[in-house]
Amino acid sequence: MKKSWWKLACIALLLYTVIGGFLLPVPRLNILNETIRNLHFHVPMWFAMVIVLGASCFYSILYLKNGKENNDFKAVESANMGIIFGVFGLITGAIWAKFTWGEWWSNDPKQNAAAIGMFIYLAYFILRGSLEDENQKARISAVYNIFAFSALIPLLFILPRLTDSLHPGNGGNPGFNAYDLDSNLRLVFYPAVLGWTLLGVWIIELRYRLRKISKQIED
Amino acid sequence: MIKEIRFLIAKEIQLELRKKYAINGILLYLVSTIFICYLSFSLKSASISVTTWNTLFWIIILFTAVNTVAKSFIQEKEGIWLYYYSLVSPQGLIISKIVYNTLLMVVLSLIGLLFYSLVLGNPVINHQLFIVTVVVASISFSTALTMVSAIAAKAGNNTTLMAILGFPTLVPSLLMTIKITRNALDGLSLATSFNEILTLVAINMIIITVSFLLFPYLWRS
Repeated sequence: MKKSWWKLACIALLLYTVIGGFLLPVPRLNILNETIRNLHFHVPMWFAMVIVLGASCFYSILYLKNGKENNDFKAVESANMGIIFGVFGLITGAIWAKFTWGEWWSNDPKQNAAAIGMFIYLAYFILRGSLEDENQKARISAVYNIFAFSALIPLLFILPRLTDSLHPGNGGNPGFNAYDLDSNLRLVFYPAVLGWTLLGVWIIELRYRLRKISKQIED
Repeated sequence: MIKEIRFLIAKEIQLELRKKYAINGILLYLVSTIFICYLSFSLKSASISVTTWNTLFWIIILFTAVNTVAKSFIQEKEGIWLYYYSLVSPQGLIISKIVYNTLLMVVLSLIGLLFYSLVLGNPVINHQLFIVTVVVASISFSTALTMVSAIAAKAGNNTTLMAILGFPTLVPSLLMTIKITRNALDGLSLATSFNEILTLVAINMIIITVSFLLFPYLWRS
């Protein structure tokens, strides 16, 4: 029980996010209207994705440093979770875009960059699949993982800021700071980021343990 | 280290000149692709828009880059790795490969541009900016692809893998490049695109640094 306090925190935070996110008052704005609540579901997906992909890159570096198999498992499962967060981020973003921009996919630089980011990590799994030898698989995919992460950073954080975009916070459009005059959104947003990230960590931990056990059974 | 790199580059150039079929093959590939585009768009009677001209050019250069750089590691024979291993440092090897591929790509894309303009016309207004971008983009393509080809070579010399690993990592530079050349086509001055060129160079620096740090691990396996 002592060790699982953060799991309870995760459940509490997500319950609060869902209930508070849908029921607490939000700023009334034209066009955005109630879709502003998507802030608590869409934006945390990207925060959580970058955090778990960063963790994946970190474990890949650790693997290259000390060659422990466990670090490779952690890196793979974190990348898996990153893809899931990315896909949910794209879906929630597309739904929001449908109601505010009028199209599911409007060729926005942020949407495109996110999709390309997903391709990079899907390629990572193809690379893993194409290698037979366990040791070589772990090492080469770790190299690619670090390489991919360093290509992802300019893709997600630098390039969309240089082009015109309808996305809030880009191309002269205000981010949520400007809408949120009474800080009501922050009250839910930050707990939401923490909650979704903890959920990701939880799933990664479960899948990591599963992988370790099945590996032991195999041996 | 610098002596080693110079020596390795000289070796690459010598090898390339000795078996001319490889470079001739790539040149023919480039020229035939451009000619196929010319025929497919039936440019004798119709014309293409400036945007299409620009995008088509970069797609041709991109595929040429993949084919050119792919051979740098993939076409090496098994035994030669062992030979390198006993003779040179991994950092020297990756840097020399990057420099050599860059030289090769700059030459190839300039030849490509020449032939492309000859066949499909040249709507560029600011030639200086366009050529600067061609050179910088060739550097980005070859740096990113050199590392990817090293990874793909380790994974059983698979060219499909080369493409799927390479394209997503190339997209940032490709988008940046198309944006800058768009400015060149519109006749804007070099100063207006200075920030974009700087970003492109910065992306290159990241990729070169990461390749430099990671290649020793790749090579050990």
